Amino acid sequence: MTAIYGLYATPNSAQRAFDKLRAAGISEKEIVVMSSEPLEEYAFGSRDRQTIMPWIAVLGAATGLAVAYLLTSLTQRAWAINTGGMPIVSNYTNLIIMFELTMLGAVFATVLTLMKTARLPGRLPKFYDPEISRGKILVGVGRVDGSRVASVEAAFQSTGVETIKTVQ
Amino acid sequence: MNPETDNRLADDLLRPVLHTSRGFYIAVALFSSIVLCGAATWGYQIYYGIGVTGYNWPVFWAFHETNFVFWIGISHAGTLISAILRIVNATWRRPVTRCAEVITAFALMIGAMFPLIHLGRPWLAWWLIPYPSERGLWPNYRSPLVWDFFAINTYLTASLLFLILPALPDFALIRDRTTGWRKRVYSILSMGWHGTPKQWHRLESAMHIMALAIIPIAVSVHTIVSFDFSMALVPMWHSTIFGPYFVAGAIFSGIAALIIVMALLRKLLHLEAYLLPLHFQNLGKLMLTMSLLWGYFVFNERLTIWYGNSPHEMTVFWSTQTGKYAPLFWTMVLCNFVIPFPLLTIKRLRSITATVIASCGVVVGMWLERFLIIVPSLSRKAASFSWGSYTPRWPEIVIMVASFAGMALLYLLFSKLMPIISIWELKVGQHPQIKSAAKVQDAEAAGELV
Repeated sequence: MTAIYGLYATPNSAQRAFDKLRAAGISEKEIVVMSSEPLEEYAFGSRDRQTIMPWIAVLGAATGLAVAYLLTSLTQRAWAINTGGMPIVSNYTNLIIMFELTMLGAVFATVLTLMKTARLPGRLPKFYDPEISRGKILVGVGRVDGSRVASVEAAFQSTGVETIKTVQ
Repeated sequence: MNPETDNRLADDLLRPVLHTSRGFYIAVALFSSIVLCGAATWGYQIYYGIGVTGYNWPVFWAFHETNFVFWIGISHAGTLISAILRIVNATWRRPVTRCAEVITAFALMIGAMFPLIHLGRPWLAWWLIPYPSERGLWPNYRSPLVWDFFAINTYLTASLLFLILPALPDFALIRDRTTGWRKRVYSILSMGWHGTPKQWHRLESAMHIMALAIIPIAVSVHTIVSFDFSMALVPMWHSTIFGPYFVAGAIFSGIAALIIVMALLRKLLHLEAYLLPLHFQNLGKLMLTMSLLWGYFVFNERLTIWYGNSPHEMTVFWSTQTGKYAPLFWTMVLCNFVIPFPLLTIKRLRSITATVIASCGVVVGMWLERFLIIVPSLSRKAASFSWGSYTPRWPEIVIMVASFAGMALLYLLFSKLMPIISIWELKVGQHPQIKSAAKVQDAEAAGELV
């Protein structure tokens, strides 16, 4: 199995390569695209948009709220402080702590979901090319068996590729 | 955008990170020495006690607290403004956001130091942290200082994450363009970012959710800082308007600080092609709005007190209008309203220079405002036998100057770590019409359009 990728100068040529690869029988999941900026207006850049991140954030917020409620109310009961006619568990003031920890829970949940779903931190893929940082767009196929190498290369060459590289 | 434009943009914005001028070292040495003077002064204050400052009965909150509120206010420049602009999808925000977010992170750190500086025994600051205490004391959740602890730490954590996450693609860019130790450092910082559509989409989703979360957090932080005062039965402090009044003031001073920082960056890092007059004009309009809002709050607060005619409050009121503190009060009005209003209202005057002049005035005015909230009220408390006065001595002045130098130093060092303008966000925002045109041309070339 080898990995083959091509570097493209424009998103349009990258999109054409993506379409040619699909036409050559490569499934969308096998095609890898990397760029130095989000290109969501193109079909290849608008894949994998489904995410439950907002719901995880809500769950994180609910967890933060529960933790804050328990932290304040349980400890106020355990170490009761009598002040100026206020109740031992003074929820009015505890609301401030609850609010802060609710938001913190949402933020942490969002960041953890980002880390998990975007696989960060992680290693660079074996066919990552630093030219991406110079504005090139990488379109590649991660696992190509011998019979398909020619069709993948033909797809790249017919779409204005600048460089084709093979990684074993 | 084509690779040539990409490269020019990246080269311009990475120049300050990858190349160090002699001026940088001189500036770092200068600011470091001022910060060291401040640290030594703090050591002197710890060793000899808080009595070396001008603090004296009954004014036990003064310069350090003024600086605390001031810096927390300045912190509202960044993440809050950046989050609002991100949510309303203001495309002109792109070169501004990171400059602003950095201010938040460092201003919060500096601001949060002042309660510690004010403590006679700062090594006991950890008593604020909620933990089951062997001393039989549990931090009191009814205390505004504990609310501060939670609010500031939440805002600082969220702001740092909001700053660092969108920096990952830029760290990856530096990783790919450097060698040696720099490559190793940025490989770690970029966490393996490689720019797949999934990574881009998740990053943008996360930034959007965090922007939504950060706006109420930022509002809560300064509201809670205002509670430090308004929860006390001190004349002119115990006011229901203090929450929004402080938030408006914080955003006002924050925008002013942001404009000054942007002007300096533009000049020193040669970013004229990226930080455009349009950015200063738009921020100037925002600052004008906040100036009017600030004036509205001040009028409301003062009118209510004057109309109520409570003797204790009127004593403080007149001390700021015609008494000892009147020069400071009217300077504040001049700086926050009289100067910025014409400069920012008249379109012909609203140049970069004029916006910066107005901003400098606002920063001074807002510092005075914090001072005028704190000191006159404590000098003239309800019982006349507890009246007193406050005059700052050199330690608190040196520490204040050092805090400004500290901000400049941190900002300078940060500009060596990360491009001060988000490169990938700028790429997304630049010339969308070119993108569309290129798309049509390519489609025509491919025979897709007839």
